[in-house]
Amino acid sequence: MSIIYILAPIALFLGLFGVAAFLWAVNKGQFDDLETPANRMLIEDEPINKKNNKGKEL
Amino acid sequence: MSTEQVSHQGEMEQFSYDDKVVKKYILASLFWGFAALLAGVTIAFQLSSWKFNFGLEWLTFGRLRPLHTNAAIFAFVGNAIFAGVFYSLQRLAKARLFNSFMANFQFWLWQLIIAGGGLSLLLGYSHGKEYAELEWPFDIAIAIAWVLFGVNILGTLWKRREKHIYVAIWFYISTFVTVAVLHIVNSIEIPVSLMKSYPVYAGVQDALVQWWYGHNAVAFFLTTPFLGLMYYFVPKAANRPVYSYRLSIIHFWSLIFLYIWAGPHHLLYSTLPEWAQTVGMVFSVALWAPSWGGMINGLLTLRGAWDKVRRDPVLKFLATAVTFYGMATFEGPLMSIKSVNHLAHFTDWVVGHVHSGTIGWNYMMVAGIFYFMIPRIWNTTLYSVKLANLQFWTATIGLLMYMMSMWTAGITQGLMWRALDDGGRLVYPQFIETVVKIIPMYWVRAFGGVLILIGFMFMLYNIFKTIQQAKKEEEPVYQAPALSSAKPEAHAGTHRKLEGMPMVFTILALLAILVGSLIELVPTLTSHKYLAQKTFMKPYSPLELVGRDVYIKEGCYVCHSQLVRPSPDEYIRYGTVSLAEEHVYDRPFQWGSRRIGPDLARVGGKYNHMWHYKHMIDPRAVTPGSIMPVYDWLETKKYDHKTLRKKMKVMASLGVPYSEDEIDNAIENAKAQAMGIANELSESGVSKDIADKEMVALIAYLQKLGADVKQAIKDGKVIDKAGGAE
Ligand code: HEC
Repeated sequence: MSIIYILAPIALFLGLFGVAAFLWAVNKGQFDDLETPANRMLIEDEPINKKNNKGKEL
Repeated sequence: MSTEQVSHQGEMEQFSYDDKVVKKYILASLFWGFAALLAGVTIAFQLSSWKFNFGLEWLTFGRLRPLHTNAAIFAFVGNAIFAGVFYSLQRLAKARLFNSFMANFQFWLWQLIIAGGGLSLLLGYSHGKEYAELEWPFDIAIAIAWVLFGVNILGTLWKRREKHIYVAIWFYISTFVTVAVLHIVNSIEIPVSLMKSYPVYAGVQDALVQWWYGHNAVAFFLTTPFLGLMYYFVPKAANRPVYSYRLSIIHFWSLIFLYIWAGPHHLLYSTLPEWAQTVGMVFSVALWAPSWGGMINGLLTLRGAWDKVRRDPVLKFLATAVTFYGMATFEGPLMSIKSVNHLAHFTDWVVGHVHSGTIGWNYMMVAGIFYFMIPRIWNTTLYSVKLANLQFWTATIGLLMYMMSMWTAGITQGLMWRALDDGGRLVYPQFIETVVKIIPMYWVRAFGGVLILIGFMFMLYNIFKTIQQAKKEEEPVYQAPALSSAKPEAHAGTHRKLEGMPMVFTILALLAILVGSLIELVPTLTSHKYLAQKTFMKPYSPLELVGRDVYIKEGCYVCHSQLVRPSPDEYIRYGTVSLAEEHVYDRPFQWGSRRIGPDLARVGGKYNHMWHYKHMIDPRAVTPGSIMPVYDWLETKKYDHKTLRKKMKVMASLGVPYSEDEIDNAIENAKAQAMGIANELSESGVSKDIADKEMVALIAYLQKLGADVKQAIKDGKVIDKAGGAE
């Protein structure tokens, strides 16, 4: 079962990588606002080179 | 409106999205999806009646089933992931794809891998490891294509005009990182020739690496990218914000943290150390919580929009997909509980389970996402809502037929295998009885599959007509402020670069560290130390080694396991329980995942050579009712002895104790052993010409299975035991 010596560090690396990514995200303020991002992604950009924008309901 | 949207000094920038490459991926996904389903329906019929193997080696179940699984996962779903991710990522980041040339290069490389890989599987080039069957040149190409995908994700994020990284993107990033690591680690192998290699891991080790990969392929190829897509497309299609953004964040971090540990639930009751099995089980059960968190979040996003779900095919497909996701992620943890697993493992229950995931979750998501994207990027409207609805019902009913029949077949067969009478004897000692019993269920499954295939064709036609009526127009141009909140005016450029870089660097560094440590660790950890312990196992003789490669080539492992679990019924049916030591020379391991036919770990010495010969030429001649394909070409095809020495050298370099003499005389040894078998066969009237054919090599291998253990028991080196479970 020596393969455990390979897989465990890899799993830990991935875990640590996750933690690092999480801390990075927190420090960058990614989770400061948990309301508006959910709404903001709904806003469709309006193309500026077309008058009628594809008629999506809003 | 949040603060970062209102730009203070950020200049307005104009940009457009690269939807051309998205279109290509959509079309490719549809094309391969059809091929995958067609192969799936064919193999379903092959199990209902062996005649559907058509007597052609390229189309036998053992070769077509890997083609089906690989096409469904990597070709159909894979291309759909690239399409959906590239579409949503650009819009969420308010930035054009980082590099279109790279995305197009990745596209053609991926299609080349699929076409070439598919062909190679039909021709019998295979690793013999499930969902990782493609040989080493393809493995390298896959790694390259995957890295290009990741660089495009990160590059686009680097250029983004939206400071906030929406939760969907987190799922995409974790998909990229983890699949890269899994694929690389599981594919470390030593080439013998252009289309043949052996893994550096053997036996139990190989099994653990393989299922660590296999389970996480499900997790990070079929699940996390689709959860990301769910968090984009469900709110978009319903025009409602996700039910709880907070929950989505918790969902993401808990899910990715738990998933990576769950692999050993594929190896319960195997020779994997007990504690590793328990870890796998515990994490699998724990996974239920985040999975359902995600499902609930997806479904509740539709609250108040259920009338739309009824009308809009996009939402109908998406909502059903999320529901099936909930079902599959309830079933999975259940099946990971050891006692349940003992019944479910090796049966069709598992096959039903994966299809509720791949059809119910992935295919339904793909249909919903495609019906959302296609009218938008082709600038038109959906050709027929009616046809889409019809497709929806064929998929749903077909899938229900599939799942119900597989539950019934799986549980029925599982119970029959373990049934003991009062005297402690097997109630169904003949394995074939348990096969014949579930054939009706195989027909139901096959027709369910036909229904799904027909529905898929509706989608193809619908999308074809939709695209046909598309109006040409110039590429839409959008406008947004440059990412401003993070940049002090003067040094705008450099600061933004720095902001994006840590991510890229971290990931590249991670990959570098992994590759480095692997190169360092693998040779020492997998080598002699493990094998040098005195083992009762004799390495495969040259002929047996060739025979083993025939076994892998023909994909016998998709129907036969080689693992006797510790329970009385298996002990009585097959023989002494499998030991870790038995597999030290098995590269790759061949424990299998489904017993369509009986376990073969103890088949050596059970029958004489002639029985095997007859069985391979016509299984029904010796076992009436068998659904095993005919393998009569083994009688005429010469076995490959040119690479034999090279094969043994590679094995020796991995620690198999072949002496130089043995390697030098490999071909002569093989010939001598083959002659012995041919002589015995000739007594029953078989021509002696068979001595240099694959048939003889395969028989040599089959007779070796379990032979050393049986001898060791005779010699008193190993205790013959039934084990203590259930
Ligand atoms: C479609 C699934 C399928 C495939 C593929 C398949 N088999 Fe079988 N095999 C069966 C079934 C079902 C049985 C039981 C009925 C019988 O004896 O034919 C069986 C029985 C056997 C047996 C007899 C086992 C016993 O203990 O009685 C052997 C040996 C065997 N198969 C070898 C092979 C080899 C070698 C290959 C690959 C060349 C192979 N099988 C491919 C389904 C399959």
